[in-house]
This record gives sequence, structure tokens and C-alpha cells, in this order.
Amino acid sequence: MILVAAILGVFVVAGILGFTAVTFRPAQTGQEPPGVDGLLSGTIEIDGSSTVFPITEAVAEEFLKENPRVRLNVGVSGTGGGFKRFIVGEIEINDASRPIKPSEAEQASMNGVSFLELRVAIDGIAVSVNPENDWVGYLTVEELKRIWEPGSSVSTWNDIRPEWPDIRINLYGPGTDSGTFDYFTKVIVGQEDASRADFTASENDNVLVQGISGDVNALGYFGFAYYVENSDKLKIVPIDAGDGPVTPSQQTINSGEYRPLARPIFIYVNLEALERVEVMAFVEFYLENAGELVVEVGYIPLPESVYRGSLEMLRSRA
Amino acid sequence: MVEPQKLRRKPKERLHERIIRRLLFLSAALSVITMLAILGTLVFQALSFFQEVSLLEFLTETRWTPLFQPQYFGILPLVTGTLLVATVALLVAVPIGLGTAIFLSEYAPDSVRRTIKPVLEILAGIPTVVYGYFAITYVTPQLQGIFANLRVFNALSAGLVMGLMIIPMVSSLSEDAMVAVPRLLREGAYALGARKFEVAIRVVLPAAISGVIASIILAMSRAIGETMIVSIAAGSTPRLTLNPLVSIQTMTAYITQLSLGETPFGSLEYRTIFAVGITLFIMVLAINLVGDWVKRRYWERY
Repeated sequence: MILVAAILGVFVVAGILGFTAVTFRPAQTGQEPPGVDGLLSGTIEIDGSSTVFPITEAVAEEFLKENPRVRLNVGVSGTGGGFKRFIVGEIEINDASRPIKPSEAEQASMNGVSFLELRVAIDGIAVSVNPENDWVGYLTVEELKRIWEPGSSVSTWNDIRPEWPDIRINLYGPGTDSGTFDYFTKVIVGQEDASRADFTASENDNVLVQGISGDVNALGYFGFAYYVENSDKLKIVPIDAGDGPVTPSQQTINSGEYRPLARPIFIYVNLEALERVEVMAFVEFYLENAGELVVEVGYIPLPESVYRGSLEMLRSRA
Repeated sequence: MVEPQKLRRKPKERLHERIIRRLLFLSAALSVITMLAILGTLVFQALSFFQEVSLLEFLTETRWTPLFQPQYFGILPLVTGTLLVATVALLVAVPIGLGTAIFLSEYAPDSVRRTIKPVLEILAGIPTVVYGYFAITYVTPQLQGIFANLRVFNALSAGLVMGLMIIPMVSSLSEDAMVAVPRLLREGAYALGARKFEVAIRVVLPAAISGVIASIILAMSRAIGETMIVSIAAGSTPRLTLNPLVSIQTMTAYITQLSLGETPFGSLEYRTIFAVGITLFIMVLAINLVGDWVKRRYWERY
């Protein structure tokens, strides 16, 4: 009898607790004007690309210094993972290392989510080898394609160029969920997701760096920012797209000389969320400071005029 | 003459007993129902998958590339990956586990036994994610000193660490089986002039073989179903190979990769989770059935 009563009691208490938790959730939006102390408050959910993450994180850090009451939750589910949440209105901002797909945009409009696409920086993809690799001077786009295409017959270095050593080539690259993977396969192989499958894949760029720096016969690709951070452990490979080998750098990526492995990266902002004071303030802050912060984390800033244009467009919508 | 109070108490007690009995039955039924529900989902979704991908391709194709273009759906690379890591793990766990069990049951004084046993339990209690992290950050770099071409992700480190994790399983159950062998058998052997080692290996071990095999089978299923260690340390490159020094992918790691990734719900790629899941389920079930059969066949009743 007591046992029965105890079990029932547990359920009742759990039910009451659950009910209160659901009904009396802490306020999700900061619809109220800045509080008594003039500080903004509210929670902003951000998710998406691991490539854009360092920029968003840097912006968030600076923003929080001036607005400590705002809560910024920044996730790294990948560009696609972030879009999944964005198009159902779960997050206010999505970091994206590629433009939104038509199918994703369609779903967003079906769910009543309208958004703003804002370019925030340019990212290069760096192809690297081990520092002790002394035979690779540069690679052409054609050679890269031959190495990475599905069903590739390249298994040793001399399969690429006969004068190179007859040693097995070990490939490293981001995993299939990565925006970097999507972009690389699209511009190098010609079709998104078309790639040979026998390479060491990791979403974690640090693992790729570790792998390549410890393996003389390694070849891999990942975001330029990670190369900059680890340039002492890696050797960059200049890419020849038909006009001679170009080494990626701030300058060559910005000017468009380093092709085709340079791409704009974006943030997508939920228009409805922009009506909230703190979200508007954050996005404005982002565009105002991206130019500076982007460089700090190793990416290439867009021309000042682009940021100003975006800011004007943003403010005109408010 | 029966007292009125006693008569009145009886119906109430029967109700009490009935409720308790029903609640307890529900608890037991819950496990069965859950298992049936999981199995049902697996079968249903897997059938939906096999309507688009032929079973022949699934079983014979040597490439697994559902997330790449072009797509190939051969399960063999994932199965070999799983078996490769499991084999390495068992090669570590069985000798060490059995050796420990023999030592604890035949050689160790009580005080030693009392210290070693809890320590082994701690090994079993370490979270698998810690093992995985340990494999990739410590074991792999150390092994790279021995095997120069060991890659950052590989089956060897993951297998070694997994072996460590399942040692307690083998040693604990084998030791229980050996301790249960009656002393009479040992004493008979000693009386015939056998040395301690001979007694352990040629009398006790064969007598306890059923329990030992059961422990190894259990360790095998654990190794095949292990997810975290291989997700972190073995890699995500489905590859049909027996080379433990390169990056591979196990069935469990693939399921993790898909579940945590951005594959659209309901798509063909998504349904590969269930196809791989049901393969895993069937493998573990088969191993356990074989294990049960072997156990029954060799069980000695004393």
C-alpha cells in the first residue's frame, strides 16, 4: 500500500514540476526596452558553420563587453545543421560558409521564416602538405581534380606527376557535413559531394592539421584560417588555375587572384528577430566590427563599402 | 468462531496484492515492449531502405559512400571496420583477462584478490568517451613512435584501448567460473602429482570453459557494439581493409556520424542508419545465440 502510494506520489510531483517548468519558462525575448540600467538584455541563439564560428565568437566576445546582460548561445552544428534549425525559426542567426540552398529557402518560406543574407568575410581554402615535402612546388586545378574525384586512380605521388616519388599519398579533408567539403567538391571536382571516399575525414580542422604535420606523404585541404594559425607546422601549396601558381594570402584572396578556392561566408538573420532591440544591435555591431575582427581570426575582410552597404540596408529595414 | 475484523480484512489484502503484482509485471513488460518497439522501428525503416537499394548490392558491394556522389551502399567496409577493431580488442582482452582470472582464482592470496578486483571494476567504470580521448591524444602519438606510418585515426589505437575496457568483463566472469569448480577436482590432480600450473590449465580451465567462453562472447558483443571509442579514435573513412594502421569506420561510428549530422530526416541517406542498425543487431544476436549454444554444450554440472 505504502509502495503504491509512494510510486504515485513520485509521478504526481514530477508532473507538477514539469508543468511549472513549462508554463513559467524564463522570458525568451527581450521585448522590453533596455532595463533600468540602460543595458540590453535577452537571449540570441546562433548556430551553424565551424568556418564562420571564429568570427561570430570574436564579435560576440566584444559585444558582450558592452552588453553583458545579453545572452549569446553560439553553436557549431555545421552550415547545414544550422540551417535546419534556422528554417524552423529555432535560431535567430545562422553562420553559413555557403549560400542557402533553394530547397532550404523554400522550406523557410513555407514555415513563415523570412531572412536577410549578409556577407561577412571571404574565406580561402588552403591546400597543404607536410613541411618536409620538398617535391611539391604547386598544384594545378586539373591535378587537384584528378586527385580528389570519385573513383580516382591516383594512389601515389608519381600518379600525379611522373617525376614525383613513387610513395603512397595520404589524403586529409573535412567530413561530408562540412561546408568546406561542399564548396571544394563543387569548384574542384565539379559536383557537390563528389569526392573519393578513402581519405581521412574530420570535421575538426585541428585533427587534420595534426595529421598532415605528422605525415610526410600527406596532402589535405581546410579553411585558410587554420593554415594561418598553424603555418609553422604546414607547407602551403600554391594553386594554378591557368594563370600561374598563386599562394593564398589576405591580398590574393581579396583580389580574386587566388582562384577558385576563395568564397564569401555569410550570416543569415531572421527578419522577425531583427525587430528585437538586442538582435538588431548585435547584427549592427557585427557589420561595424567585422572588418577588424575578421582579420584577427585569419579571414579576409570584405571591402569597407560592402559592410557599409549592408548596414544601410539593415537600418532601412528597421 | 471467526472474528468479524479478520473477515473484513481479507478482500482489501487481495486488492493490495493484485496491484503490486500488476505493477511489477508492468516493469518487466516495459523492457520487452521497448525491445519490440526498437526492433519494429529498425525493421520497418530498413525494409523501406531495401526497397530502393537491393539487398545484393548491400551485401556484396565493396564501397560504402552514401554521403558522397556517386553513392554506393555496400556494408562490407563498415563490417570489416567493426570486426577489425573488435579483433584487436579481443587479442588484448582475452589473454590478459584470462591470465588475470587464472591468477586470481588459482594463485592469488586473499588480500591480493581483494585489492585487484575493485581496481578492475574501476577499469570497467571509466566512461568510454574518456577512453576514446585517451586513444587519440596519448596512445596514437606513442604508437607512432613504433609504427611510423600510423595515421591519426586508426583501428589499432581504438582496438587497444577498447581491449583495456573489456578486460574486466573477461576476467570477472572467467574468474567466477573458475572459482566455482569444486576443490575436489584440484585436489585430485595434485594427488596425482600435477603442478599448480598444470592444475590451472588442464583441470580447472577445461572445467570452467563454458563460463570462460560465455565471458568472451559477452566481451565480443560489447566490442562490436562499442560506439564512443571508435567514433573518436578510429576515423570516419569506410574502407575495406585489414590494415589496422589506417583510418576506418565502424558500423556504430557511422550511425553516430549520420545521427549527429545534417542528413535530412526520411531521406535515403537517413534510412541507411536503420539498414546498418539492423545489420549490427543481427550480428550481435547471432554471436549471442552461438555463445548460448556453446555454453550449453560445454557446461559441466558438478
